[in-house]
Amino acid sequence: MPIATPHSLDDALRALQADPESQFLAGGTDFMVEVNAGHRRPGSVIALSRIPELKTIDLTDTTLRIGAGVTYSQFQQPPISSTHPALAAAARTVGSPQIRNAGTIGGNVGTASPAGDTLPVLAALDAHIELTSVHRLTRLVGWRDFFVGVKRTSLRPDELITAITLPVLDSRQDYLKVGTRNAMVISVAGLALVVDLGGRNVRVALGSVGPVPLRAPEAETWVAEQIDWESPRVVDPRTYETFGMMVAHAATPITDHRSTADYRRHAIGVMAQRALMRLL
Amino acid sequence: MDTTSLPDELVTYTLIVNGTTHTVDAGWQGESLLYVLRERLGQPAAKNACEQGECGSCSVLLDERLVCACLVMAASAEGQRVTTVEGLAPTDSGLSDVQAAFVQAGAVQCGFCTPGLVMAVHDLLDHTPSPTDLEMREAISGNLCRCTGYGRIFEAIKNAAAARMNG
Repeated sequence: MPIATPHSLDDALRALQADPESQFLAGGTDFMVEVNAGHRRPGSVIALSRIPELKTIDLTDTTLRIGAGVTYSQFQQPPISSTHPALAAAARTVGSPQIRNAGTIGGNVGTASPAGDTLPVLAALDAHIELTSVHRLTRLVGWRDFFVGVKRTSLRPDELITAITLPVLDSRQDYLKVGTRNAMVISVAGLALVVDLGGRNVRVALGSVGPVPLRAPEAETWVAEQIDWESPRVVDPRTYETFGMMVAHAATPITDHRSTADYRRHAIGVMAQRALMRLL
Repeated sequence: MDTTSLPDELVTYTLIVNGTTHTVDAGWQGESLLYVLRERLGQPAAKNACEQGECGSCSVLLDERLVCACLVMAASAEGQRVTTVEGLAPTDSGLSDVQAAFVQAGAVQCGFCTPGLVMAVHDLLDHTPSPTDLEMREAISGNLCRCTGYGRIFEAIKNAAAARMNG
């Protein structure tokens, strides 16, 4: 069957089992660009837009579970905007209202573009990707094991991305991005910063400066020691600049049609410094 | 939808456009909603320009959500409600309030972007009756206009919002 429009997760998995070559269609904001340009034959398609189980947002005291079909627009609303402001900030930089109404977190994760705007946030928060197989087996894969290369993931052919899970932290968070203009722009470099007040640690993750999202562990460890966690504040104002340099050092950018490696590394340093100033 | 008898990648499905149900018979499954609206259903208001979601000239409502019709696989929209500019105006008058505001403010030059902008502004005002300047700018950030410089478009949005608030 060329296109299936299942109304339940069970029907979607059954369709995948019946035709393992099927491609999943989520929001279409990447998929249809390729089809329109003649770069992709749709083949057998399983459209995921009608599946209620993929649209749920479940919040507990410790965990946020976001169904794979939740859109960027929904990130900009409570509860996600309250518990995970970096996700809301990242979503706000994606495309336009039209794109944010269609594009989904499952699609962003599944496409696994180095420029995917939610990816640094998921990396900073140590997200897990929930995958469900046609045999109804569910596994949770940490982001490091899920993103394995440029647009490559460890999703198996008999699996569907069903949700993303994130810890709920007592934290301050932000996402910053550089592009050629404010709206409708693909990231030249992106950075997510989380200051975990409860855990007294700092997490920083970088996008568009490597094949997969990157963390900057040395900078994270160092900067956590420069913070007076009781206040909380940065004790020495020189910390910001040093943190920026250390984070920039962790980037592994390339030069391509969108920017140069040098500029990307510079931008990462500026954003790291700026994000820390915003949060502390 | 029984497609077993059709050649590969040809699909037959129904679309609900502006309240009317249409059957698309043996369309290629990769066709976008934009293509089907314009080329198969004779509804030319949504405009075809970039085909990659950058320009907003094909903006329509799909189940009351503003989307780019070029990025919707038409066959996947079976049973969903599609609203285009053709479906905005009440039947007893020629223009919707937003369309009238665009005309009065002179917010239309070549007109190519206008249907998409009108859809975006309807969507904005339906959810945010009294938008701030930033909300207005964000709401139309995905709709490119190469003629007007946007000044009169913002004027039209403000006038339409004020008319609704006073209305």
